[in-house]
Amino acid sequence: MRGRAFKFGNDIDTDAIIPARYLNTTDPLELAAHVMEDADPLFAGKVRKGDIIVALKNFGCGSSREHAPIAIKAAGISCVIAHSFARIFYRNAINIGLPILESPEAAENISEGDEVSVDLAAGRIENLTTGRVFQAAPFPDFMREIMDRGGLIEYVRWRLSAS
Amino acid sequence: MGMTMAEKILARHAGRDRVCPGDLVNARVDMVLGNDITAPVAIQEFRKIGVEKVFDRDRIALVPDHFTPNKDIRSAEQSKLMRQFAQEQQITYYFEVGRMGIEHALLPEEGLALPGEIIIGADSHTCTYGALGALATGVGSTDMAAAMALGEAWFKVPPTLHFVFNGQLRPWVSGKDLILYLIGQIGVDGARYCSMEFSGTAISALSVDSRLAMCNMAIEAGAKCGLIAPDQVTLDYVTPRAKRPFEPVLPDRDAVYQAETVFDVSQIEPQVAFPHLPENTRGVSEAGEVRLDQVVIGSCTNGRLEDLRTAARILKGKKTHPQVRLIIIPGTQNIYRQAMREGLIDVFLEAEAVVSTPTCGPCLGGHMGILAAGEKALATTNRNFVGRMGHPQSEVYLSNPAVAAASAVTGKISAPEEVL
Ligand code: SF4
Repeated sequence: MRGRAFKFGNDIDTDAIIPARYLNTTDPLELAAHVMEDADPLFAGKVRKGDIIVALKNFGCGSSREHAPIAIKAAGISCVIAHSFARIFYRNAINIGLPILESPEAAENISEGDEVSVDLAAGRIENLTTGRVFQAAPFPDFMREIMDRGGLIEYVRWRLSAS
Repeated sequence: MGMTMAEKILARHAGRDRVCPGDLVNARVDMVLGNDITAPVAIQEFRKIGVEKVFDRDRIALVPDHFTPNKDIRSAEQSKLMRQFAQEQQITYYFEVGRMGIEHALLPEEGLALPGEIIIGADSHTCTYGALGALATGVGSTDMAAAMALGEAWFKVPPTLHFVFNGQLRPWVSGKDLILYLIGQIGVDGARYCSMEFSGTAISALSVDSRLAMCNMAIEAGAKCGLIAPDQVTLDYVTPRAKRPFEPVLPDRDAVYQAETVFDVSQIEPQVAFPHLPENTRGVSEAGEVRLDQVVIGSCTNGRLEDLRTAARILKGKKTHPQVRLIIIPGTQNIYRQAMREGLIDVFLEAEAVVSTPTCGPCLGGHMGILAAGEKALATTNRNFVGRMGHPQSEVYLSNPAVAAASAVTGKISAPEEVL
């Protein structure tokens, strides 16, 4: 996957990703229309399919609302790269199949507007604008299995049908 | 080598003798929780799994509390979806408006969160029940859906940080202040992915209400859970209300902690968190001149009886400052009723406060007190992120109920002593 980077800082919380005033719906496209609104009010208008969010520490802290990764995914974001993720966001992203990668080096050395390519299976991130390559932390096998099956629901279906 | 509380509870529920930080385990869950925002997504996902029935209708709690009583047509549709699911699945612990409360005030009160249990909730403040010695943690809607089908969930065993609070609490200092102070010290990701264990003489001296407020905000330090070992105070609270048998778990004496920090609470005054992160804390004496437009006393952090009693002690015989709107929200119907019997509601109305039915309401910028651009609110809630209580250009400050009540009287952030 390949896209333009949108850069955010530390502690981007779930209220910034999708404010509660829009949580009276579960429709992914409606949520996507307001994604990142309280961090950057123009974001939803700028983002194109395949673009990548790059953030610093503790991305997705705050509430457990799955509406946050759902909105990001529905907006066409192909991957979120961060220095670190808050735990519920991390879990939710894996469960719904939003690609995420943790790499402090990549997070610090990618700027707004850089072209970035990502090889998810290998955890390889390349900043095509600067030519620098970064390696993300690998996922434990169990989480890979959830992701490879297309998310937790598919994984549970598979487990139930196997038993 | 011994285990921490989180490790022991996870091992027991995973059917293993021991677990170590970093292990991935599948564990049985004793309770699965959802609300009117997260359950609708979970129900849609549950349908995709293709099972007919939930794993156990007595181990699922559904609580319409965020946008209820329904604030608009779309929220009404969400609540309806949850209500219909509860009927179809004959969910025992579905709490309709009029019988409900804010989920994390309600479940402990109902005896549905018990020592030694694992509870997952599609709400980040599920960690509240750690105050009763349950490993309780927030998850997303998809996790909730999977757990409703399987009765289990996957967990990574977290390392444990041990925080010891010793000494005598100063006047008006509560569990809320200890946790705000701690978050101020370690930051909003200071316990990221960890279990926090709280102990010490000051913790033993805390009431259950104050312990619940403290563990409620473990997530604000990024933690998976915040735990207090069950003691006599815990047992006195849970035993008469427990809806099922339970087995308390204590940490081993030789438990291995990733780190241990000791605080002397006699040095801690009531705390205020400034916008826009719970880690921006300072003592109330250092708050300076912050004029307020609104004060909110309520939420799953501080909407319990002790909180309302404290607020009433300060508000008795006084009026809310003319420039301030004071909104008080009892956490559950029972708390509301008890507050009425004790005359607290009268004190609030005399003080010209608004008293609302239990709801999350303004805490997450839902309804019942949304802020306009440029307005400032002091709230006993747990988050002060940008736009949390309304307009992105409004500001939220966090404190305990005593400071909130005093500030409602003076119109600016004030210590309780200033009005007594
Ligand atoms: S009171 Fe606030 S923090 Fe607590 S559950 Fe409701 S919205 Fe969440």
